[in-house]
Amino acid sequence: MPASGQNTIVTYPGGGGLALSIRLELQESMRSRWFHFYAAVFFGLMVLLALTGISESRVLGFTGLSRLLVTYIQITMAVLPLFILVTTARSLVGDREAGSLEYMLAFPIGLGAWFWGKFLGRLVLTVAPVAAALLFAALYGLALGHGVPWIHVALYSALVTALAACFLGLGFFLSGMSRSTEIALGISLMVWLTMAALLDLLLLSVLIKTQIHPDLVVAIALANPLQTFRTASMILFDPQLILLGPASYVILDTFGVTGYVVWALVWPTALGLAFALLGYWRFSRGDLV
Amino acid sequence: MIAIENLTKRFDKRPVLDGLSLTIAPGDRIALIGSNGAGKTTLFRCLLGHYRHEGAIARDGAAPQRRDSLFLSRVAFVPQLPPPLRMPVGELVNFAIRGAGADRVVMDKVAGRLGIDLDAVWRQPFYRLSGGQKQKILVTVALGRPVDLMIFDEPAANLDPGARSAFIDMLAERAEASMLIASHRLEEVAQLVNRVIELDRGRVVLDDSVVDRLKAGDMRRCVVRIREPHLPFARALASWGFAAAAGDTLFSGSIPAAENFRFLGMVSRYGSIVEHLSVDAGGIARQ
Repeated sequence: MPASGQNTIVTYPGGGGLALSIRLELQESMRSRWFHFYAAVFFGLMVLLALTGISESRVLGFTGLSRLLVTYIQITMAVLPLFILVTTARSLVGDREAGSLEYMLAFPIGLGAWFWGKFLGRLVLTVAPVAAALLFAALYGLALGHGVPWIHVALYSALVTALAACFLGLGFFLSGMSRSTEIALGISLMVWLTMAALLDLLLLSVLIKTQIHPDLVVAIALANPLQTFRTASMILFDPQLILLGPASYVILDTFGVTGYVVWALVWPTALGLAFALLGYWRFSRGDLV
Repeated sequence: MIAIENLTKRFDKRPVLDGLSLTIAPGDRIALIGSNGAGKTTLFRCLLGHYRHEGAIARDGAAPQRRDSLFLSRVAFVPQLPPPLRMPVGELVNFAIRGAGADRVVMDKVAGRLGIDLDAVWRQPFYRLSGGQKQKILVTVALGRPVDLMIFDEPAANLDPGARSAFIDMLAERAEASMLIASHRLEEVAQLVNRVIELDRGRVVLDDSVVDRLKAGDMRRCVVRIREPHLPFARALASWGFAAAAGDTLFSGSIPAAENFRFLGMVSRYGSIVEHLSVDAGGIARQ
């Protein structure tokens, strides 16, 4: 417990404020039910997959730890963005509605430090359970005598971080823009559904049905962070993208394996940061409470 | 210290603050009164930089932008309704220490006088405290900070009489700080303030400054008549040097002009037995 005899005015408009805001967000989130549930789901899922012996199965040539990671990462793609969007979209607007923002923003902490501290704190917390689950899988594989594809574990962690940054940015943007929690949640669900709807299979059916120009379809696929994550996670274990079919020629000819992985890391991160910047701009320009 | 000029804040085109102009000088202790919707809370939020607004707010030593951390480091704020913070009390206290220069030793003393033990509630989530406990913690955090402006929005609403009295005493002890206190109960803060500002529909309709009228030796003649003899009231008036007559039901005396609010605050506590009160203001007896 602190005991201070100092009686000086301390302000943290810069870096100190950012550290304070990150710390506050970490503490706040680690107490919240959404984080407990989120961590339990993502870590528990890996434990469940490992214990059910999925690493011993062989599907389309994948077996061992690779098989485990591929399965896990595909499930992650479906659930992680929704989780992040729903919990983040109501963060700022929820604090505003509850009156917490009025009180906390009366403290001498810079608005930028406050906003970006919350963003970074959430990023750490959303990535941590997935990274921990991947590490667990690697250690589990070692214990079973499997070879551990460390580079893939690292790249998967980086891909998850990029995906998390993307949807966190989107969530903060929606939260900064919305005037009520209901609207923020509604829009975030619509955004997630749209992105999920534009995944490759549905996109192919749209292409066939409506005869949209193929370049537009490819552009949509490349711009959809869910799709880039999905394809990049496949390309790591299936460099020829046999699972993807003819579309793989476009990816491999245009990007190559390394190029596409870089794209899948950079694009969602840039998109998330752009949305977060827009969210901050809107948040700081409007009424804060 | 603060110069507000032509401040206007609209919600859905409806002005809540309507061309409000005001200056707050160092040492001003202002009671901000007005009915619900008069614009008190909106004024506070504009001062704290929470709202976009039209017009100008010049804050002494602060940058001209809407929200300035340096200015906020000199301001303590207690909101009308305690926020539903999920953090434990200890975390809030630590945040105030690290982020706003609050002093733990001072906070312990303030909390003690308000009747709450910080160590006892240290690990309790703030939102699970009772309304009064929350208010005490917020007041503790505010008074634990070395600031020169205190903005309190109905600060004593949830406090028990003992804590309310201690709170008023502690504010009175902070002679170096300016204060802006919104209250529906003027009698509660009357003894503390030297200026009363009344807002109505976003405009200043009364700016009564004791300081303006204060002259050395300026006294007000006052007569009070009560329904029946009442010993505590008689004692209170005797402490002001009033003489009793008509079987301890009629009192007359003089009060210093600067003590006007404090005197009226004291009298208001006995409002139910007061039948007549007159204070001679500038030679004209007002009844």
